[in-house]
Amino acid sequence: MSILVNADTKVIVQGLTGGQGRFYGLRNRAYGTKVVGGVSPKKAGTDIEGIPVFASVKEAVAETGATASMVIVPAPAAADAVLEAAEAGVALIVAVTEGIPMHDEASFYNRVKRDFPASRILGPNCPGLLTPGECNIGFIPAEVAKAGGPVGIVSRSGTLTYQALNELAGLGIGVTTCVGIGGDPVPGTSFIDCLELFEADPQTKAVIMFGEIGGSAEEEAAAFIKARMSKPVVSYIAGVTAPPGKKMGHAGAIISGSKGTAQAKMAVLEDAGVRVATNPTAAGELMAEVVAGL
Amino acid sequence: MDLFEYQGKQLFARYGIPVSDGAVADTVDEAVAGADRVGYPVVVKAQVQVGGRGKAGGVKLANNAEEAREHAGNILGLDIKGHVVQRIWVEHASDIAEEYYASFTLDRAAKKYLGMLSAQGGVEIEQVAVESPDALARVEVDPVDGLSAANCRVWVEAAKLNPAATDGAVDILLKLYEAFVGADADLVEINPLILTPDGRVHALDAKVSLDDNARFRHPEWDDFTGLEKLDPREREASERGLQYVGLEGDVGLIANGAGLAMATCDIVHEVGGKPANFLDIGGGASAQVMANALEVINNDPSVKAIFINIFGGITKGEEVANGIVQALEQVDISSPIVIRLDGTNAEQGREILKSHESDRLVSKPTMVEAARTAVQMAKGA
Repeated sequence: MSILVNADTKVIVQGLTGGQGRFYGLRNRAYGTKVVGGVSPKKAGTDIEGIPVFASVKEAVAETGATASMVIVPAPAAADAVLEAAEAGVALIVAVTEGIPMHDEASFYNRVKRDFPASRILGPNCPGLLTPGECNIGFIPAEVAKAGGPVGIVSRSGTLTYQALNELAGLGIGVTTCVGIGGDPVPGTSFIDCLELFEADPQTKAVIMFGEIGGSAEEEAAAFIKARMSKPVVSYIAGVTAPPGKKMGHAGAIISGSKGTAQAKMAVLEDAGVRVATNPTAAGELMAEVVAGL
Repeated sequence: MDLFEYQGKQLFARYGIPVSDGAVADTVDEAVAGADRVGYPVVVKAQVQVGGRGKAGGVKLANNAEEAREHAGNILGLDIKGHVVQRIWVEHASDIAEEYYASFTLDRAAKKYLGMLSAQGGVEIEQVAVESPDALARVEVDPVDGLSAANCRVWVEAAKLNPAATDGAVDILLKLYEAFVGADADLVEINPLILTPDGRVHALDAKVSLDDNARFRHPEWDDFTGLEKLDPREREASERGLQYVGLEGDVGLIANGAGLAMATCDIVHEVGGKPANFLDIGGGASAQVMANALEVINNDPSVKAIFINIFGGITKGEEVANGIVQALEQVDISSPIVIRLDGTNAEQGREILKSHESDRLVSKPTMVEAARTAVQMAKGA
C-alpha cells in the first residue's frame, strides 16, 4: 500500500517537450513510472522517445486513461496548465513549477477547490512525490530510497525531502510514500492532508515530517496530530539557528498567531507528542528507534 | 520586494487612493524646493525599511523653509537601527481627526485573502490584535470572487469607524484591494488611514511588499530601485542572483534549496561551528551559478573553510562539480573546501571531482561528517 500514487498510476507530463520536462519525464519513466503521454499544443502528434504528445490534457486523458499529471511548464503558463488539468478531470495535479505568482496560486487553488473538487493539487514549487519501487512523479532522486515501508515522509522543502529518504535508507528503513508538499504560500496539499492519508494507510506505521521556519503549517499539523493521529511522528524543523528571516510585515505576523520560529514550532510539535530532532540525521536516528519499537 | 513609503504612495496614487502631495529628495536643497512646492506645513520623513523611524527622529514637522532645511539636514545621513537615510519624502502635513488601520494580505491557513480594518490605527497593530481582538474587523475574500462593494461596506461598518468615514473608507478599501491584486502585492497596509476634520479619508502611510515571482508581468518595477545599503557581501550575491544572508561565523556555506541551506546552518552549529552565511543556489543551478557562489564566499575575508552541501533533485551533480572545477581554475580560492554531494547524477559529479581532490578539496559521504570536517578546518586555519 501507499498513498496517492502506486504502480498502476498513469501519468501525463504537461511540458514534456521542454528541456526540464523531457529530462524528468524520461527519468520518471526509466524508474518504472507509467508515463503515458505529454501535452504540447505546438508539438501534438510527435513523440518523446516513444511517449506520445497530445494537443490538450483532455485529449491525453481520453487516449491514455491518465489520472495524474506533472505540470512542468514555465511559471507564467502554470496557472492555465493547472486549470486545464482540473477541467480534464485529472485527479492528481503535481505542479513542480517554481516562481508562480502568489495571486495566481491563490486563484487557481480556490477555483479548483470550488469547481473541480475531485482534483487534488500537489505543490506548486514542490519536488513531487514517490512511492519507492512503483511510481515517481517529479524531481525526487528515487534511487536513494528503500521501498516497502513502514515509514511515510512528508516535507515542505525539496532537498530536505531527499535528505529524509537518504537518512532512512542509510539506516535500512523503507518508505511507503514520500511527498514533497512545497514551500509556496498556497500549497494545494498540506501537511494535514498527507498525515490524514498516512494515518489511513495500513502499511504506513510511522511518519517523518520535515518542516521549516515561517508560516503556521507546522502548528496546524501539530494540532491535527494531537487530535487525530495514532501513529508515531518524528519531525525536524529547518532553521533552528536561522536569524530572523524574511520580513513578513505586521499583517503576516498577526495571521500566523506565532512568530513562525523553529523553536515555537518545535514546542507545539513536542506538546502534540511528536519526537522532534534538531537536524535531519538525528531525525533519521529517532525514526530508527521508533521503527525498532513497532 | 518591499517598497519605500514614497514608492508605495506612488503606487497607491495609480489606483486612485488619496495620498498627500509630496516630493522625493536626496539633498537638503531638493527637500526645501519640494517643501516650497507642496506648501507648508510639511512633514519630513526618512525613507528607510525599518520600523520606529519616528522615535529615532526620522519624522519631523516643518512650518517654514528654515525648519525644513534644518530637519532635512538632520535626517539625511541619520542612522536608524543600522539603516542610513539616503532619501527623504517631504509631504504636505495633514490635519488628523482620527487614525485607522487597513491591510490586505494572504491568509496562508485559510488559503484566501484577508482584509483587516481597525478604528485603532497609528499604533502597533500587533498590540491591538492581542489586547483587543474585537477592535480588528476582518473580512475573508475568495480570490475567485474578489471583494464586492456590498461586502466591503459590511466590513467597514463592523470596524465601527466614525460614520463620517464610512463612504470614504469603502471607496479606499475597494481601491486598495485592486492594488493588492493588480500590482501583485503580498501585502498592502495603510497605517494610519486618517479621517480629516473636514471629513476626507486619506492614506497617510503606505507599506507595500511586492511578489518577486510576478516580476515578469511588471516591467514598471524596474523603477523601484533599492537605495538601502546592503551588506557588501549581500549586494555582490544579489547581483549574481543568489539567495544570500550574511552571518557572523567563519564557515562559508553553499547549499541547494532553502530547507537544506537552513539545515546546513543548523548542523554546523550543532558540531560546534559558526556559519559565515546562508547561501541557496536554488533548484537546477548550472556550473556557472556554482562558480559564482564560490566566488562570493571566497570574497568574504572572515571565511576560513567552505562547506558545499548539495542533494541534487533538479540540480545535477555534474553541473555542481563542473562549477567547482571552473571556480578553482578562474579564481584563487583561499579556504579549503569540503563537499558532500548526493542525488541526481551524484556519481558523475564525484567522478569529475576525484582528480581535483587534495587537502584543499575534500569529499565526505554524509552532511554530518562534512560539517565536522569543515568546522575543524576553520578552527585549524
